[in-house]
Amino acid sequence: MSIPATAAFTATLGRELRIATRHKAEWLMPPLFFAIVVTLFALGAKPGDPQLAALAPSVLWVGALLAALLTLDRLFRGDLEDGWLEQVFVGPAPAMGMVLAKLLAHWLLSGLPLLLLAAPLALQLGFPSGAPLGWLLLGLLMGTPLLSVVGGFAAALTVALPRAGLLLPVLVLPLLAPVVIFGSGAARAAQAGLDPGGPIYFLAALLVLSLTLLPWAATAALRNAFD
Amino acid sequence: MTTLLSATALCIGRGDRRLVSDLHFALQPGDVLHLRGRNGAGKSSLIEVLVGLRPPQSGQVHRSAGDAFHWVGHRNALNPDLTLRENLDCWCALNGVPGDGIAPALDRMGLARLRLRPARTLSAGQKRRAALSRLLIARRSLWLLDEPLSGLDGEGLAVLGQLMNEHVTGEGAIVVTSHQTLPGKLPRVTVIELG
Repeated sequence: MSIPATAAFTATLGRELRIATRHKAEWLMPPLFFAIVVTLFALGAKPGDPQLAALAPSVLWVGALLAALLTLDRLFRGDLEDGWLEQVFVGPAPAMGMVLAKLLAHWLLSGLPLLLLAAPLALQLGFPSGAPLGWLLLGLLMGTPLLSVVGGFAAALTVALPRAGLLLPVLVLPLLAPVVIFGSGAARAAQAGLDPGGPIYFLAALLVLSLTLLPWAATAALRNAFD
Repeated sequence: MTTLLSATALCIGRGDRRLVSDLHFALQPGDVLHLRGRNGAGKSSLIEVLVGLRPPQSGQVHRSAGDAFHWVGHRNALNPDLTLRENLDCWCALNGVPGDGIAPALDRMGLARLRLRPARTLSAGQKRRAALSRLLIARRSLWLLDEPLSGLDGEGLAVLGQLMNEHVTGEGAIVVTSHQTLPGKLPRVTVIELG
């Protein structure tokens, strides 16, 4: 008997969103953290300082990256500890569906709120509205799923390790350096009136590559967690 | 007769330590295989190899093709924040099983009145019963149970004994790890003593 991966996908997505409704405080932390970090930068700078606007893309990207890290450690750990992962891996549906659903749920609950907050926070830093803001948000639209996918892969790799919470940022931050470089590079280019197409294409390529390869790799890493 | 589960020249271990060497068996409908031994003897490691959660050091395990099986591990696979009913609904969705078997299963396990309680509020024995209720929700011929008796009170043991008896008389087979005597009257029990 085998059932399609969509069964594991829909079952897991529904389960994750339902669990999230019971843990509202946990999912409010990333956007709150993001807003606090960016606001502290604004408060620490001279009022109307043009350098703050120049640094705004980097501040927003690093803030989003750190905020997304907050919930990564628990992405698979709870399911490993309570035995749910075992049921997924011995069940008839491909486990890949579960992994994709967990990553999508992480983006919906963590990445999407950051994206929605980014525009007001960027304006607070003096980043210009109009086309440059649009490019910044387009970069974040492609970059925040990358934070979930790459971070999810690292979370799967470390799920069975004790004190993985310390290891995870060290593993994830260098992997996500290109995302920050291209994401903030696109916004800076738009801010300077240059064509931001190049870095945006790089971000798109990274997203497609990660979505294609990393869910498989994360599934394999989770399977090894039982050994 | 159909062989539901077989092992050929199976060797398993942890690190440098060999736990099981050259194990052969074939499990047919009506059989119960009781893996017994002291703590750390390798009961759970062996059953996890039989389930497919970890690879053997050498040898082969074969489950009859296309036949789904029930796995009740020593963890109950219940999310503490979801209610009992929600936990079982998720399991049904994951396994492509209709949820209409949940209510009778909970009733049989004595958990019907607890179905809307978050799993975190249940006692260890109630959680164990909830995990075992999956055996009734979907009919599968092979059951692999890791320490299913742990946490159960006398009534829970009696219900589990009845379930196991009904399963093997209905052409099912069971592999069970426990250091205790199995409950119920089971007609064909083979014991493998580990350690």
